[in-house]
Amino acid sequence: MAGLEDLYKEIVIDHYRSPRNRGELETPPAQHAEGLNPLCGDEVHVYVQVEDNVITDIAIGGQGCSISQASASMMSAAIKGKSLDEVGELSTAVKSMMSIHEQSLEDDDSGVLPEPPDVELGDLEALKGVVKYPVRIKCATLGWNTLAEALQS
Amino acid sequence: MTDAGQPSLDTAAVRADFPIFDGPVNGRDLIYLDSSGTSQKPRQVLQAMDSFYVEANANVHRGAYYLSDQASRRMESARTKVARFIGASEPEEVIFTKNATEAINLIAASWGRANLQRGDAVVLTVIEHHANIVPWHMLAAERGIELRFIGIGEDGHLDLSNLDTLLDGAKLVSFTAMSNVLGTLPPIARIAEAAHAAGALVAIDACQYVPHLPTRLADLGVDFMAFSGHKMCGPTGVGVLWARREILEAMPPFLGGGGMISNVTLEGFTTAELPHKFEAGTPPIAEIVGLGAAIDYLDGLGMDAVRRHEIELTAYFLRTIKERHGDDVTVHGPSEPSERGGVFSFEYKDVHPHDLSQVLDEHGVNVRAGHHCAKPLMKELGVGATARASLYIYNDESDVDRLVEALDDASDLFSF
Repeated sequence: MAGLEDLYKEIVIDHYRSPRNRGELETPPAQHAEGLNPLCGDEVHVYVQVEDNVITDIAIGGQGCSISQASASMMSAAIKGKSLDEVGELSTAVKSMMSIHEQSLEDDDSGVLPEPPDVELGDLEALKGVVKYPVRIKCATLGWNTLAEALQS
Repeated sequence: MTDAGQPSLDTAAVRADFPIFDGPVNGRDLIYLDSSGTSQKPRQVLQAMDSFYVEANANVHRGAYYLSDQASRRMESARTKVARFIGASEPEEVIFTKNATEAINLIAASWGRANLQRGDAVVLTVIEHHANIVPWHMLAAERGIELRFIGIGEDGHLDLSNLDTLLDGAKLVSFTAMSNVLGTLPPIARIAEAAHAAGALVAIDACQYVPHLPTRLADLGVDFMAFSGHKMCGPTGVGVLWARREILEAMPPFLGGGGMISNVTLEGFTTAELPHKFEAGTPPIAEIVGLGAAIDYLDGLGMDAVRRHEIELTAYFLRTIKERHGDDVTVHGPSEPSERGGVFSFEYKDVHPHDLSQVLDEHGVNVRAGHHCAKPLMKELGVGATARASLYIYNDESDVDRLVEALDDASDLFSF
């Protein structure tokens, strides 16, 4: 099945089969948000514990397709123990990898895309194949968007 | 039922009429199994719309000039075709809308606001498409009406055991004529009769019905019917509301503007005669002409033959997928082919429908994955989403075979 290997990398399937940091955290002290992809019904619940601007614990719940659930699991593994600044950079870098460039209307119109932050993506790089399947980008970014909501809550 | 000896459809000839099947799509043969989402369009429909723009384009009912008259004639000829196709008493009972969703919103906003007060009940079913739920939620929030729901019973059929209780005090029963998820065909005439006996009017969402079964309004006994053009070989952008004349006459207008008035002064307005009273603004003229051509096309095939073909292929689908995959596959909805439409929501092992749809797409097999705009039904079924394959006039056994074979790949990739 040529083609699909790019989307369903082994590590993505592994995170889908054995999701990391699965569960719930007590709120408060943890912050919590539930993300929904109304198009297809994917759900990701993010519980995140922040102490001194560091994510000290995270738990993921929800249900949905392999990409939404694996991406949330990979995110949880990548950000645990990281500072909020580092998490922000990772989030921007992941979205940039999926061709999502968060620009405001005031941005210059030079047509030059902003440079993504120079950060080590590690396992998260395995989700790069999603960019070829635009419908699935929303699945892959659901966890990250829900994390942002949880952090704002 | 299948009448032995009666020919159903020559699917090869049908496919030849649909240009989208001419060439590869994304480098693959197209196995299109999402006609419940939208049907493909035959050349005859595309040509009718093209020739309208080339030969007869003008606004309708506006000018005394030849071209405007031509445009009006083509549009009204399509209205007559629609009326004949569904067995309406007169073309004036056929209202063109943007889509079926707008048609149902028209019922809720116009008839509903004029006739429903706090405490009145509207009866729906749990298998409805969101288009036949949300407009009533909106009206409930505004008017304090009560919504009641007919449940789902054995084998994907509606549970009508408590129908009389649900109908007590109801002013309207609005339900799908064929489920877009399960293929369920509710007993329309029976429900309509019970509703009328209880003093309620009856509306059906016939989006999946009119394209697939011969539609004879006199036999159905309903008061309102909504359907869309694009699921029956017509273009997007046009839908139909049919209702009995006396009901339409008594209803206030829906959208206001040009075309729907008889007179306008600075003090007020009076409405135009039917059907124009409900058709404010320039209608989707070319699309209406295209819908007329779609009806000619379906009439050419014969709706009895269309239904026979669908029952035959439904039986083949249900048999083949079970033979190949056994208990690994669950197909929702009625098990008897003659009691359902050819739309199959199914689950395969524990592969998520999105992933299933993605793997099938690698084989050129187009199926929809998601909640199919029926989230309450998904909850009833205890699933978040399903994969859905749906059949139409251009599908044949080989399409079913390709789907059934491609499922093996999903198994290889996602077996745990």
